[in-house]
Amino acid sequence: MRHIISLLMENESGALSRVSGLFSARGYNIESLSVAPTEDHSLSRMTIVTSGSDEVIEQIIKQLNKLIDVVKVLDLHDGDHIERELVLVKLKANGQHRDEVKQLSNNYGGRIIDSSENILTIEFTGTSTELDNYLKSLNDSLIIEIVRTGASGIGRGDRILKI
Amino acid sequence: MKAEIITGAEIAIRSLQKENVKFVFGYPGGAVLNIYDAIFQQNSFKHVLVRHEQAAVHAADAYSRATGDVGVALVTSGPGATNAVTGIATAHMDSIPMVIISGQVPTHAIGQDAFQECDTVGITRPCVKHNFLVKDINDIASTLKKAFYLASTGRPGPVLVDIPKDITAETAEFIYPEEISLRSYNPIKHGHTGQINKALELLVNAEKPMVYSGGGVVLGNASESLTEFVKLLGLPITNTLMGLGGFPASHDNFLGMLGMHGTYQANMAMQECDVLLAVGARFDDRVIGNPDHFLAKPKKIIHIDIDPASISKRVKIDIPIVGDVNLVLKELISAFKEQQNKNCKVTDSGWLQTINQWKSKDCMRYEDDGTEIKPQKVIETLHKVTKGEAFITSDVGQHQMWAAQYYPFNKPRRWINSGGLGTMGVGLPYAMGCQLAFPESQVACVTGEASIQMCIQELSTCKQFNLPVKIINLNNRYMGMVRQWQEFFYGNRYAESYMDALPDFVKLAESYGHVGMKIEKSSDIKTALQEAFSPKLKERLVFLDFITDQTENVFPMVPNGKGLSEMILADDAEDL
Repeated sequence: MRHIISLLMENESGALSRVSGLFSARGYNIESLSVAPTEDHSLSRMTIVTSGSDEVIEQIIKQLNKLIDVVKVLDLHDGDHIERELVLVKLKANGQHRDEVKQLSNNYGGRIIDSSENILTIEFTGTSTELDNYLKSLNDSLIIEIVRTGASGIGRGDRILKI
Repeated sequence: MKAEIITGAEIAIRSLQKENVKFVFGYPGGAVLNIYDAIFQQNSFKHVLVRHEQAAVHAADAYSRATGDVGVALVTSGPGATNAVTGIATAHMDSIPMVIISGQVPTHAIGQDAFQECDTVGITRPCVKHNFLVKDINDIASTLKKAFYLASTGRPGPVLVDIPKDITAETAEFIYPEEISLRSYNPIKHGHTGQINKALELLVNAEKPMVYSGGGVVLGNASESLTEFVKLLGLPITNTLMGLGGFPASHDNFLGMLGMHGTYQANMAMQECDVLLAVGARFDDRVIGNPDHFLAKPKKIIHIDIDPASISKRVKIDIPIVGDVNLVLKELISAFKEQQNKNCKVTDSGWLQTINQWKSKDCMRYEDDGTEIKPQKVIETLHKVTKGEAFITSDVGQHQMWAAQYYPFNKPRRWINSGGLGTMGVGLPYAMGCQLAFPESQVACVTGEASIQMCIQELSTCKQFNLPVKIINLNNRYMGMVRQWQEFFYGNRYAESYMDALPDFVKLAESYGHVGMKIEKSSDIKTALQEAFSPKLKERLVFLDFITDQTENVFPMVPNGKGLSEMILADDAEDL
C-alpha cells in the first residue's frame, strides 16, 4: 500500500543521503522524496512517498527513526491528511491545439504560467492521483516536458508534526 | 579560567584523553601528520602501529569486544580510510562501540580530487552508526564527545569522525563538553512494565519454554542477570555464535550453540518450543534458517532488545520489550521474586526430558582413529590446556565453527569473532587487541591457512609490541567452508577452494622473529599446545601449524534456506 511518510531531521549536510541511502540499501521502494528547511531553520522536513506491506512500512519507520539525525517520523496514513503535488507541463500549442490545451487546463484547474507562440507551460497542483489523471488526459503527442515535485503532505486539523 | 589555546590536532588528542582512551590503533599518512605530531608529544595513551589500516580497525574492535570500552582507530585520508572500511563494516554488523578518526584533505581541497582524497563520510555511511565531517576547529571536541556518546549508548556501533588536515593545524580554545544530549537520539533504557509482566506470565506457564540469547547480552553486560533469571526459572537456553559466554556453557541448562552449525538439541528445542524468549538476538538467517519453517510450529515469542528496529524484522514478535537487556532482565528477576506463584510449569512438563533425549544423540561426536589430526580434537585439547580461560579469537570458516562448538565459554567477552559480516582476516588483529587489553592472559587465535593470510602482515606488529599470542592454524589446504559447500551442494566441484602454493608457516613465523611449529601427528597435539603455552614460551608468539584431515566437515549443518529441524548430522552425511 502507498504511504506518505513525513519526517523532521537535523538540517545537516548529508542528511538527505542518509535517508536515500537507507532506502536503497534495504531495498525499500521510493516513489518520491521532497525536502526543504522548515520554519525552524535547524530542521528539514522531508516527505517520502513509498509503498509496501504493513510489515515493510513498520520497518521503514523504525529504520528512519534509527538514523541519528532524524528527530521525528510520522506516517500520514495513520490519520487524516492532505496531500499536494505540483507539476509543470510544457505543451505544444500551435494552431488548433492551442484552444484544446487551454480548455483542458481550465477544466482541471491548471494555470498557464508561460506562453509563447507555439508553446504553453501549465502549472497544476493536486494529489498525485489528480496529477496522474490530468497528465493521462493530455494528448501524448503534445507533451514536450514534464516536471513533478513529488508529493508533500500535512496532517488535517490538529494533527501536527513538530518538535 | 580561560581555556587553553591549542591546535586542532592537540584538541583531538586531548579529547581522547578525556575519554580515558588507553590505546589508539593506527597508521600515519599525510592528512594525519599533525595528529601524529601531537601523539608523539603525549604519553597518556599508547599508539599501536599496525601494518595495514584494516588491522587497526579490527584490533580496536577486538579491544572493545574484550573490555567493553570504546575502541579507537586512527587512519589517514583516501586509501587509509578505504582500507579501514572492512574493519568498520565488521564492527558495524556486530554492533561494536568504536570511534574511527580519519584524516581528510584540507577543507579548501575537498571536492577537487586532491591527492589521497576520497569521500570518506559517503563511503562509510552505510556501515557506521553515524559519521561526521568536521569543518570547523571549534567543532572537533564536541564532535568527538558526540562520537563516543553515540558509539557507546543505545545499540552500540562504530562512529567515524573525518577531520580535514588544515583544521588540525589551526588553533582554538579547548573546551570539552562534560555532557551531551541530542534531541534526535534518546535510546530507551527501561522496559515497559506491562510487557515485562506479560512476558513473565507466559514463561512461567509455558510447558515448553526456551531461551535464546545473542550478542546483545554480551555487549549489554547482562550475562549475570541472564544467568540468574534462567536459573531462577529453570529454563533451557541456547546462545548464538555472538552470544557464546553470555550463559555459562558448563551449566546443565545450556544446550550449546544454535543455528546453521548449532547442536541438535538446541535447534530442535528452538523449533519445538511453545514460548521463546529471545534476548539481545536478531533472528538472522544463520540462526533460525528459514523463518516460515521456524514459525510453522506455533509459538509465542518474547523479544528483549535495545533496538526497536530489531523487533519483528524477520519474525513477528508477540511480546516486544524494548530496552537495555540488563535492566529488563533485572526487572524480570524482581517481578518473578515478587510474585506469589513461583512454580514454573517447565519443571514437570516433561520438556527437559525431551531435550535430554535430543542431547543423547551426541551430535558433536566425531570419528577419530588417532592418525590424522582432527581439527575438533585440536580445539578440545586447546580448551584443556588453557583450562577454558583463554581469550579465543577466530577467523571465518570451518575453524571458526569448530572453535565455537568445541571450546565451551563460561564467561562473556572471551570469544571474539566476526559473526555478522564474516570477515576472513580478523583473527590475528583480534588477538592483538585482546592481548594488549589483557597482557597477562592467554590469547589464542584459531584460524586456517586461508584466513590467516589475509592479515598475515600483522605478525610484524606482534613482534614490535611483544604480543605473545598463540596462533592455532588448522591447515587443511582448503578454504574449508567453501569446500564443504562445494562437496554438499556443487557436486564436489572444488572451484578455486584449494590453497595451492602455501608458505612454510614455520619459516614465515621465524622470519618475523617468532616461534613456529608444524604438527602432523594426532599424538603430538597435546605436547605442542602444552609447549606453546608453557612458561618457557610465555613471552613469545607461537605459530602452530596443524596439518589437519582435509575431508573433515562441520556438523550438524542446516542447509541454507532450510528449517532448523532439517539438520544434516555427521551420521547422515554419508547419504548425501
